Parts: sequence; C-alpha cells; structure tokens
Amino acid sequence: MNKIVVVDYGMGNLRSVAQALRAVAPEADVKISGEVADIENAHRIVLPGQGAMPDCMRSLRESGVQEALMRAAETKPLMGVCIGEQMLFDVSEEGDAAGLGLLPGKVVRFQLDGMLQEDGSRFKVPQMGWNQVRQTASHPLWQGIPDNSYFYFVHSYFVQPAQAAHVVGETEYGKPFACAVARDNIFATQFHPEKSAAMGLQLYKNFVHWQP
Amino acid sequence: MLAKRIIPCLDVTDGRVVKGVNFTELRDAGDPVEIARRYDEQGADELTFLDITATSDNRGLILHIIEAVASQVFIPLTVGGGVREVADVRRLLNAGADKISMNSSAVANPQLVYDASQKHGSQCIVVAIDAKQVSPGKWEVFTHGGRKATGLDAIEWARKMEQLGAGEILLTSMDRDGTKSGFDLALTRGVSDAISIPVIASGGVGGLQDLADGVKLGRADAVLAASIFHYGQHTVQEAKQFLAAQGIPMRLA
Repeated sequence: MNKIVVVDYGMGNLRSVAQALRAVAPEADVKISGEVADIENAHRIVLPGQGAMPDCMRSLRESGVQEALMRAAETKPLMGVCIGEQMLFDVSEEGDAAGLGLLPGKVVRFQLDGMLQEDGSRFKVPQMGWNQVRQTASHPLWQGIPDNSYFYFVHSYFVQPAQAAHVVGETEYGKPFACAVARDNIFATQFHPEKSAAMGLQLYKNFVHWQP
Repeated sequence: MLAKRIIPCLDVTDGRVVKGVNFTELRDAGDPVEIARRYDEQGADELTFLDITATSDNRGLILHIIEAVASQVFIPLTVGGGVREVADVRRLLNAGADKISMNSSAVANPQLVYDASQKHGSQCIVVAIDAKQVSPGKWEVFTHGGRKATGLDAIEWARKMEQLGAGEILLTSMDRDGTKSGFDLALTRGVSDAISIPVIASGGVGGLQDLADGVKLGRADAVLAASIFHYGQHTVQEAKQFLAAQGIPMRLA
C-alpha cells in the first residue's frame, strides 16, 4: 500500500492537506504524523507549513523528526507546500532563519512598496488569492494541468533558487517569482494545492503516483 | 495576474444558513454543507462562515460544520464569530478553517490580534470591521453584531489592525448591509487605499454591477455577497463572467 505521511511538527493546516490526499488517493494510507518511525516507513512525504519560517524551523528541530525527514529527502518523493517549500532552501530573510539546504537558494520578501497594479491600486502584501502559474519546465507533476492555471496563494515571502534549473513554475506579482521548484525526487510549491480546487487536487494526484 | 475574489458569505446560526437585513430579521437560507458544495461547484474563490449568534452553546456546532465542509470543499474557508482567545483560533484552524475572522474581540482586546498573528501567522488572521457613516467621509466602528458603538474611526482602526498583524480586513458597511443598494464605495476605497493588506468589501450587494463597482471604484481585493447567491438570483459563475467582461481579472473555472 502507498503510505503517505503528512509531517506533523505542530505547524500548518495538516488536516486540509491530508483530506486532499485522501480525496485523490482513497486507496492510499494517508497519515498525519510526527513520529520518526512513520516517516521511515512512508513511501511519500508531504511537508506543509504555515506562519513564520523561523517558528516552523524551530518546531521542526524540536519535534525530533528533522533527521528522519532529511534521510527521506534523499530518496523518497517529497512535496513541500508554502513554508514547507521555503524550508527546503538554505536561508530566509524572515528572521535570518537557516533552512534545510535541500535546494540551494534563499527566501526573500516581496518589495512592492510604491508599485501599482494595472488598475491603479497598490500591491497588497501578503499576496492573497488565486494567481496563474506558468509552467517554465515540463514535469510529471504538471500532467493534466493546463499551463497558466490558477492556484491559491497566501504569502509575503517567496523562494529565489540559486539554480534556474530548479524552477518549474513561475507566477507574476509585481515581478515574476518562482512558485514551483523541483529536483530529482523533490517537488515543492509556494501555493496551496489543497486549497486550489480541481487543479490542486490534480497536482496531488500526480504526486501520489509519481515515480521519480 | 492575481485575480480578484468573489466570496459567498454564509451567516450561520443554530446550524443553518440565514440572511438578515441591517443585521436583523433573519430568514432561513439552507444547509451550510449543501450550500458550500454548490458554491464550490460554481467556482467560488473562497467561502466565509460567520457564526452570527456565537455563544458557548453553538460553538461546537460551527466546528462541526467547518469539519464537514472542509472534508468536501477544497477552497479557502474563513470562519468568524465568537472568537475570544488564541485557543479559539487554534480550534477553528484544526477543524479545517484557513482564516479566522475577529470583530468584537479585536476591539475589546487588540492584543489578541497581535498574539494570534504571532502564533499562527498573519495569513490566517482577518479583522472584520462593521462600520457606519457618522458624517461625510467618516465612519465609526461598531461591534456586537452592530449593536454597540465604539467611538473608533474605521480607517484609523484598519491601520491599527494592520500594524498589529492582521492579514486581511473584512469591511462591512452597516448602512448598506441587506439593503441591495451597493457597497459603500467611499468607505471601501478609503480603507483599501489606507492599508497594504487585502480588503474584502461587504454589505449591500444587490446585483452584479455592485460587485464590479466594489473592485473598480472601491478598489477592493475581494467582494463578499450573500443574498444574491443564496436565493438563486445569480450564480457565482455568472458573477465572475460579468466582472471578467469588464476587464477585472477573474479565475474562470
């Protein structure tokens, strides 16, 4: 059986992520867990995250699952979502927090002061709402998802990968930024697939069946 | 481009969706889970649930409703009504809410907005402001379902809430609520231009042009409506097509 663990380290809307996975993979064993044994036994890992990255990193460290997660990240399909995406990188401007370093690059804040949207209104931070994702590279997880589909975002920070080859999706908010990244067995999004209706569910479905 | 959002609002009391006029005269509009599913199918961008007679008695009821909706609907859910402490925020998030709206409790205890956003992130803290015009270009904040005047200026209050960590403002014109005469556009524009976090316009939608005006003239980031959707006057999809035809960026499912 396909065992999927949604990593519980005390942060984020884990239930929504688990429910979306169960909706697309009723045959899978989806578990919300902060147990090392569960992560070691899982076939796939989802790392969600909400709030501030320094708090998320601290919780992850204190939860005792960080090492198991790092081992899993070497081989198992791993999906990061929102702060769970940001934590995969080296460092964040938010509280100068060190990340997991699974992807080279940093996390930076939107700098949109004084810039106006096309209709003359100011850019609001956090970016909150549905925005289009341009698929900048082909990837198995984009299967069945039309280019420029809308996904749900809520964030003030975004990732800046050091290697352009790791960017698989971009979104425009003031400027283009990387909203989906991937390498080997890792895929991560700034947007929330579990809150992105049919397109988000399709992405999770692709992840559940992904054989990197 | 970031789309403007259309948010059906479900006022919930005793487990049912209801709709009032000027915050009173409640009419039954149906089962919350059924209505949520319908709006999801119509392409709603988010859903807002307001527990309008929140007491300790029905607190458990709204948790149950949120759990039921969140297991079937994969779009963001905002829940408000009766949130008094940070632990309430945690409980509602655990039930499947994505954002928690505070109103009276934010006025009674502004520190709650700070503490809740520090603990759970600004992205999930919405401050609801019920405002009534007191003189030209001036609006006062009311609480307790519109029954209690606070003496606070709505625009100043929105600024303060942003500083304390609110991630979004849900702005309701009490003068317009339930009247179908359109948003208070001066109020909406005044608040939206004063702060850097998103503003949801609410109160007074009678037709689709009101929604478009809220975005174009009021500069709202999202528009909230109840009765035009609840009673089948328009579907959410019709509303989105209507706004898109006026050049407003919309997610057309």
